[in-house]
Amino acid sequence: MLAYLVQRLLLLIPTFLGVTFLAYSVMLLAPGDPVDLYFAGGLSAGAEGVDTSRMVELQKAKEDLRRELGLDRSVPVQYAHWLGRLLQGELGFSFKDRQPVWDKILPRVGVTVILSVLSILITYLISIPLGIYSAVRTGSLADQVSTLMVFMLYSLPTFWIGTLIIIFLCGGDFFAWFPPGGLRSLDHDPETWSLGRRFVDYAHHLAMPLFCTTYASFAALSRFMRTSMLENARQDFIRTARAKGVSEPVVILKHMLRNSLIPLITIMAGLLPALIGGSVIIETIFSIPGLGQLAYQSVLARDYPVVIAIFAAGSFLTLLGILASDLALAWVDPRIHFGKGAA
Amino acid sequence: MSAAPVTYFARVRAELASQKRAVWGLGFVVALAGVALFADFIAGDKPIFLRLDGQSYFPLFLDYAVRLGLTRWPVELVGADFAALNRLADFALWPPIPYSSTGVDLTGQVLEAPSARHWLGTDALGRDVAAGMVHGTRISLTIGLVVVAIQASIGIALGGLAGYYGGWIDMTLSRLFELMLGIPTFFLIITVAAIFPPSIYVIMAILGLTGWVGIARFIRGEFFKVRSQDFVTAARALGVGDARIMFRHILPNAVAPVLVSMAFGVASAILTESGLSFLGIGVPQHLVTWGSILSESRASTFAWWLAVFPGAAIFVTVTAYNLLGDGLRDALDPKLELH
Repeated sequence: MLAYLVQRLLLLIPTFLGVTFLAYSVMLLAPGDPVDLYFAGGLSAGAEGVDTSRMVELQKAKEDLRRELGLDRSVPVQYAHWLGRLLQGELGFSFKDRQPVWDKILPRVGVTVILSVLSILITYLISIPLGIYSAVRTGSLADQVSTLMVFMLYSLPTFWIGTLIIIFLCGGDFFAWFPPGGLRSLDHDPETWSLGRRFVDYAHHLAMPLFCTTYASFAALSRFMRTSMLENARQDFIRTARAKGVSEPVVILKHMLRNSLIPLITIMAGLLPALIGGSVIIETIFSIPGLGQLAYQSVLARDYPVVIAIFAAGSFLTLLGILASDLALAWVDPRIHFGKGAA
Repeated sequence: MSAAPVTYFARVRAELASQKRAVWGLGFVVALAGVALFADFIAGDKPIFLRLDGQSYFPLFLDYAVRLGLTRWPVELVGADFAALNRLADFALWPPIPYSSTGVDLTGQVLEAPSARHWLGTDALGRDVAAGMVHGTRISLTIGLVVVAIQASIGIALGGLAGYYGGWIDMTLSRLFELMLGIPTFFLIITVAAIFPPSIYVIMAILGLTGWVGIARFIRGEFFKVRSQDFVTAARALGVGDARIMFRHILPNAVAPVLVSMAFGVASAILTESGLSFLGIGVPQHLVTWGSILSESRASTFAWWLAVFPGAAIFVTVTAYNLLGDGLRDALDPKLELH
């Protein structure tokens, strides 16, 4: 197991390098210069009728800034430089407010990861029992209704539902059941509030965003669960188990379920990146100070150091998700061997 | 039992027709294509037929002809405001929604709730939402179809090469596939879309270039399975070239399941594009899309009509393509029996 883990971890490195280099090149080859953006205010205010010495001064200041930010060098050099600093735990400074990128990202990673993990947990807790039920009672009214509902949930855009929730349930002209955004109330005070009250406050704020992130992955997962159960139900070993007199609950929960879980674990690899990508939309709608919101703001401001750092964090989490699902797969499925002997 | 052998595609057609949901999906997809094609006749600020001062005009057709450079506007109609001319006209046949998607109704108000005049209300600039939705169909469908065409071309080409030749070509391409899987796609898309000047072509290119891995991996597996079968060996023994073997002998075996991914691909491309429009990234400001109407509701949360209608359009369209894909998958799978 350890050898397998090490081997998988080593495989992560070239993939991570490839992904970040790709992102780096795309970003720097694109039109639009962050230095111009940085000076845009000053330039447009005084571009006309200004004496040439001031323009020359501005030009020189731009050159200096470009050199300072390392933007005058070639893409591979800049990338190598960035990578070297990354290994030392340095991510540079934001173009926008000169804050260290690390300080901007760190508090937000937690928010997004916690939301995503919670969402994945809830998803699995609901969709596995539902998938089992749907597959065991296949063709029943309950199965048909849940299949149809799940199918519709699957096609329901989260940004639509999120917007509708904000309009109809979070204040405005309709109901004010939920706060329209943020993580906690403005008067939230860890000193005086009891633990229970703080929990309720968080839950009240996160209920709707979590609902939005959960229903979409839930739909995908329970559809897979049902198909997977049905495919296994047709297998010979199930007939064998029934024939030798194994009781129905044991057939379903032990023989069918365990085999049906395998594709579900593979899906988990895709779920985490989808949630992190989706966080851009959900966190923007519900004003949650997470990685997605920062990504959106930084992309609009062309804050390259922050964008590339978030991108790297995103791909790191994506690869981690793939790794986790590979490991879980190897753990659940005895047919997968560890180490170099694996085909 | 009929005497004639049931061919694969006859069986697929029968199976597909027996699935009500897929038929509904297909019907809606066709209807939507009709709306996109005839958008100008459903919503536009030029009458289809106009009788003015004893003369007959077909302003809508004239507009097409002028844009194609075939003719010019008659002097009396140059720069005409047809909505104002309407009072002078003897007779005018208008599209059911007499507004263009970008035109501002100067007689009305901004953010008008749905009414007899503006069926689905107006937005913050006074543009008709219904007209915007009709014309938004064009953008959504074009993006969906072009994106999937790009994805399928790249996916089939690279997947086919990897699966057919194997060896180091497969090794290299497989690493590329893994690389693509490790990319947080949505981050990459918003980054690129925000960096380049807003344009739907850029969006098509990004979505096309990032979403082909699924098809490529599938095609690779399929080519792998088929390439060592007897009919391929036979073709090779007869001296058939590699390209011909790949396209004429192996690819047809894998086409059907690719169609399934393509149906799902259209759904997901439409979803991503409207998500980008919703965030205000990538789509030019003057262009009215379903996502851009929906995003306007964020600034004026009382204007529920700006959220409800375009979102419903996205939802129903995506559902239709997903139903179609689902039905196709069941119809193409020979393991699932006819019920």
